[in-house]
Amino acid sequence: MPKFLINAWEFFPILLQGATLTVLVAIGSLLLSTLLGLMWALMRVSGIPFLAKLSAGVINVLRGIPIIVMLFYLYFVLPDLGISLTALHAAIIGLGISYSAYQAENFRAAIESIDHGQIEAAQAMGMGWGMTMRRVVLPQAFKVALPPYGNMMIMMLKDSSQASTITVAELALQGKLIATSTFQNTTVFTMVALMYLAMCVPLIVLVRHLEKRSKQ
Amino acid sequence: MIEIRGLQKSYGSHQVIKGIDLSIAKGEVVCIVGPSGSGKSTILRCINGLEDYQGGSIDVLGQRVDNKSKSIKSIRTEVSMVFQRFNLFPHRTALENVIEGPVFVKGEARETAMVRGKELLASVGLGDKQDAKPPQLSGGQQQRVAIARALAMQPEAILFDEPTSALDPELVGEVLTVMRKLAEAGLTMVVVTHEMQFAREVADRVIFIDGGVIVEQGPPADVLNAPQHPRTQDFLRRVLHPM
Repeated sequence: MPKFLINAWEFFPILLQGATLTVLVAIGSLLLSTLLGLMWALMRVSGIPFLAKLSAGVINVLRGIPIIVMLFYLYFVLPDLGISLTALHAAIIGLGISYSAYQAENFRAAIESIDHGQIEAAQAMGMGWGMTMRRVVLPQAFKVALPPYGNMMIMMLKDSSQASTITVAELALQGKLIATSTFQNTTVFTMVALMYLAMCVPLIVLVRHLEKRSKQ
Repeated sequence: MIEIRGLQKSYGSHQVIKGIDLSIAKGEVVCIVGPSGSGKSTILRCINGLEDYQGGSIDVLGQRVDNKSKSIKSIRTEVSMVFQRFNLFPHRTALENVIEGPVFVKGEARETAMVRGKELLASVGLGDKQDAKPPQLSGGQQQRVAIARALAMQPEAILFDEPTSALDPELVGEVLTVMRKLAEAGLTMVVVTHEMQFAREVADRVIFIDGGVIVEQGPPADVLNAPQHPRTQDFLRRVLHPM
């Protein structure tokens, strides 16, 4: 058996552990960013000037801060303020908060794509703002938001590698650790790349499916 | 049942309604006609609080219309609206559109709402389309679903905002037929329309509005056949003989 295959066989379980953490960070931050993003978007379209402005401000600030700086802040600065997060928690929270800005803009665009006449019809039958959102706007807006949401899932999966900068031993960091200790750079990083790809392919297929469905 | 006193409405510095008094009795069919931009639709939209107003007052069944007050919900369940562009919910079937208000706004049991919804769809000639989604229906069919949806709220009155203006000419008749039946059944209706023939046959009273004021009103035979005011005469001449 060629040497690189033997190496690969040896590295794979360690990298798989990393991949598990990658998935954990990605799913955790996806959930958080979705919830926060939905909240920003609803504040933005609430028609209440204070909430709309607050949300617009938050979104702009978040978009202007690099994810890596956000992670450093949560992991290295917050302890000075007496709040200590584990690296994993900081990674999930940091990525979740950073991506919530993009989620919010996606949700807002989808909400605003719904014909205003339907909102008037809902109001005219006595629905309040909340029920109009729940029964009329959001069910349609989610369909519009799905394809871009799928793309965001792919980006978040890959950007979870930034968690390596705050010591989360996810796939990228595990790869780097193995590579520096074995000097098998080619083997290790090819494997890392293939493993990211393997995780992304199902998402890519999903996005393509969603886009096809939304065109119908 | 609808009392409008000295209604004034502006968009910014542009005043569209310049003092309108109008009272509509139970069972009355009132057609509002007039040139576009005269404020006809705005009056309807003020009656159920889709627009706020700056001066005067509107009372529906003794309740002041104020879209910032909680009472607006009960007014809206008493006064339904049919829109020019139907405004059905495209992600729900015809029947779901019809029962949406009764079930989710009025809290009716789903089963009873379904039974009545099916009857209503049958009464507008769409008994076989209850499971169709709006995009699968023609404009005329969609507007008839919208009328059934308005009726499902069991309202005291229905406001029709140019209900046939977005329809292809050959689909206008089926909608007017349904509306005629409702008028005969004694429903209170306020109809903003360009269909003079419909107004002539169905209305108890025709109101001609121009420049944000009521220029002339009365039985259709008077207003449409023997208009007194030159602006009414001019408008009718242009509508009836466009060439």
